[in-house]
Amino acid sequence: MEKCPKHVVHYMHAFLDGEISSEEEKILTKHLESCEDCKALMEELEQTETLFENVATVQAPSGFTNNVMARLPQPIKQKGPKKWLRQHPMMAAAALFLILMSASFFSSFENEQQFSFTKQPNIIVEGETVIVPAGEVVKGDLVVKNGDLRIEGEVDGDVTVIRGSKYMASTAVITGSSEEIDEVFDWLWYKIKSVAKEVIPSSKDDKSNNE
Amino acid sequence: MDELITKRVKEVLNGNQDAFEEIVIHFQHRLYQVCYRMLNNAAEAEDIAQEAFVRAYVNLETFDQKRKFSTWLYRIATNLCIDRIRKKKPDYYLDAQVPGTEGLDMYSQIAADQRLPEEEVEKMEMKDRIQYEVSRLPDKYRTIIILRYMEDLQLQEIADILEMPLGTVKTRVHRGREALRQQMGSM
Repeated sequence: MEKCPKHVVHYMHAFLDGEISSEEEKILTKHLESCEDCKALMEELEQTETLFENVATVQAPSGFTNNVMARLPQPIKQKGPKKWLRQHPMMAAAALFLILMSASFFSSFENEQQFSFTKQPNIIVEGETVIVPAGEVVKGDLVVKNGDLRIEGEVDGDVTVIRGSKYMASTAVITGSSEEIDEVFDWLWYKIKSVAKEVIPSSKDDKSNNE
Repeated sequence: MDELITKRVKEVLNGNQDAFEEIVIHFQHRLYQVCYRMLNNAAEAEDIAQEAFVRAYVNLETFDQKRKFSTWLYRIATNLCIDRIRKKKPDYYLDAQVPGTEGLDMYSQIAADQRLPEEEVEKMEMKDRIQYEVSRLPDKYRTIIILRYMEDLQLQEIADILEMPLGTVKTRVHRGREALRQQMGSM
């Protein structure tokens, strides 16, 4: 008996898979005509195939669907925020960022209860009151937090008093702008303005440079 | 039919649990059959097939709606069956000696339903015989033979279900087919 080429078995399976090319089929048919062993093998494979393909289908027992429905967990109400979060992850991240940021703004407003002020060489501090003495000129901006400011002299810059009062003597001179901040929203606005000033060079400076 | 299933899937995702019932009715026999053929036990098959539907319901959000729902469902079911089969496997070696005996190995302790005597097999009805022969196949051929012959799925779909290259599926169909031929012939 001559040894049958290995690809013949491969062609048999390709034939049964329905994935044989017409050329391969010709080679297979020709070989099977001349080889009894391979013909028998092919027949056995085909019989096996038919047997297993045609076995009666098994049906699920009655009540199967009801049993499944009974086993399901309660419907998860995901119409609300959870579903929205899942569908808009970017928006959720942005919202979370804003919440955290504003929280830090407000908490810094609430927590900064300590008296503080801009260090300038020629000012006097009495308790929680910063005094610009008469006849003195403070060069630069002056910020006082959680304390009062009394100006008798001159401030060559902006004056800001946060949670405190500002008293101006008749001799007082402020060359820049002057504001008092008490409320949360003023504070927020002040923060935003100071950030903006850092980022964008102020138009006032530009003008003064031009002059 | 696929369109209807896609529609029902969307309804379930929108919170309508009742829409899932139609999905179960549609796939129950196919899914139960896979489990029954894999596990060779009606009670276990019912349990696992039900579990597969419950898992599908719970994890429905992770289903990619651009893909075929049946493929996803079959994957859940076959994975559950394979897990169950692995758990049932004894964690001892068959040729290890049974403690307290002399020369008696575990082969002599295997339950009768694992390999029946020849005359028993010959008396079987053909449908039982087929089920028996499938259950004797090695795990990796069994799943593929069941999906191919009993569920009548295309090779590509089997590859998608089992997340395997098409070539591997073909090879296993060939080997499984050859194994079945030998099992049927030797009896």
